[in-house]
Amino acid sequence: MTAKRRKTAKPGCATLALAALSLCLLAASLSGSAGAFGLGDAGKLFEAGKSVVKVGKAVGKATEEFTPEQEYYIGRAVAASILGSQRPFNDEAANRYLNLLGQTLADASDRPQTFGGYHFLVLDSPDINAFGCPGGLIMVTRGLLRCCQNEDQVAAVLAHEIGHVSLQHGLAAIQQSRILDVAGVLAKEGASHAGGNVAALSGAFSGSVGDITKTLMVNGYSRGQEGEADAAAAVILERVGYDAKALTQVLATMAQRYQPGGLDFAKTHPNPQDRIAALTAKLPSAAPAPAPPARQARYQQALGRI
Amino acid sequence: MPKYKISLAAAALLLAAGLAWAAGEAMSVQVREGQLRAQPSFLAALVATLPYGERVQVAGEQGPWKKVTSSQGASGWMHVSSLTPKAVVLQGGRGAAVGSASGEEMALAGKGFNKDVEADFAAHNRGANFAAVNKMEQSYRFAQPQILAFAQEGGLAPSAGGGR
Repeated sequence: MTAKRRKTAKPGCATLALAALSLCLLAASLSGSAGAFGLGDAGKLFEAGKSVVKVGKAVGKATEEFTPEQEYYIGRAVAASILGSQRPFNDEAANRYLNLLGQTLADASDRPQTFGGYHFLVLDSPDINAFGCPGGLIMVTRGLLRCCQNEDQVAAVLAHEIGHVSLQHGLAAIQQSRILDVAGVLAKEGASHAGGNVAALSGAFSGSVGDITKTLMVNGYSRGQEGEADAAAAVILERVGYDAKALTQVLATMAQRYQPGGLDFAKTHPNPQDRIAALTAKLPSAAPAPAPPARQARYQQALGRI
Repeated sequence: MPKYKISLAAAALLLAAGLAWAAGEAMSVQVREGQLRAQPSFLAALVATLPYGERVQVAGEQGPWKKVTSSQGASGWMHVSSLTPKAVVLQGGRGAAVGSASGEEMALAGKGFNKDVEADFAAHNRGANFAAVNKMEQSYRFAQPQILAFAQEGGLAPSAGGGR
């Protein structure tokens, strides 16, 4: 129908129609409302166009190349590597509380659903540290939990790690060469489900797991990524109804215990004072409803003697 | 000519509207337990749990939530993080039928890094503690009413509509 009309119309008119269409698209995307044609759909159209051009050559970032299922297996191996040297703290009350609180926060994040879901664990270590592995396996040391004085502050710590998971900062640490390797192996196999590729993929897998584990335990994320996770945490806290300022309160406690050149979070994180300064401007001005006694009571019961 | 311009603009508008209508597309569950909720909110009741690879029809959206209907006819809202526009093809033929996915990108479940690759990694890295990871994954599961009760007991006031 359109083709027919184009035949009869002058060439200039077809161009005009296209221009009008793109104007419509632009207007729809600029409106940014929850309308049927939001920014997301327009973006998808352009994305689709791009991927056609991309076929058979460029390989994207890890966050684009790996499905949530593959991210899940990477995260499990990273967590298993960390748990090779860090001992779980087998306290039922503490771990149950951490999971209930963590699940509530994760549900309110920008990425509530990962392949295997979010799971939380207390580590039996006096170090001040936390690890958010790809896919949502999140571990927090007793040392860091001791920096918290109430549920809001524990929520702030967990929300920061959920932020890293949600933004897929772990996957971003994987070297590009490994992603190329995996893409190559999968392209060779085509649409077959047949296995036999374990040997070909094992190098890229252990390399990827190593890249992330080293980032979590030795090098740390970039200052920018820490800032993004802090901002994501503030959003989650506000959505659930916690005091977003709890994040700066924990950071202040950490700053008191911060020893430049120290072996724990001081090694892998920017100076807490810098993070407080960057975060303060982004916090909501309105205070949330005051915490009822039940909130502090359950915190005391689960983590009071951590 | 001016008249023609208007009708062209109208045609373009119709075309755009048609594209928007076509947004009622099919998507696939890309997580192990896709949560179908009664409302577009992170505290809304769970209607059903849809398995990896399940095809759903999208009928609308609100923020990051898609209004969907499952192949079994269950309707509700799913968060975009649980869905992919690709057709997920499971081993053994579950999930989207390959034939129905013509022209669509496909994702083969279990491809790439999978449990076989993990087993190989575990065999070569004896220090890696997968037993602790399994325990971590399996120890706690909370049903949606427990999350709601936890929020209420703690006096938490999730923002209205929530779940952006």
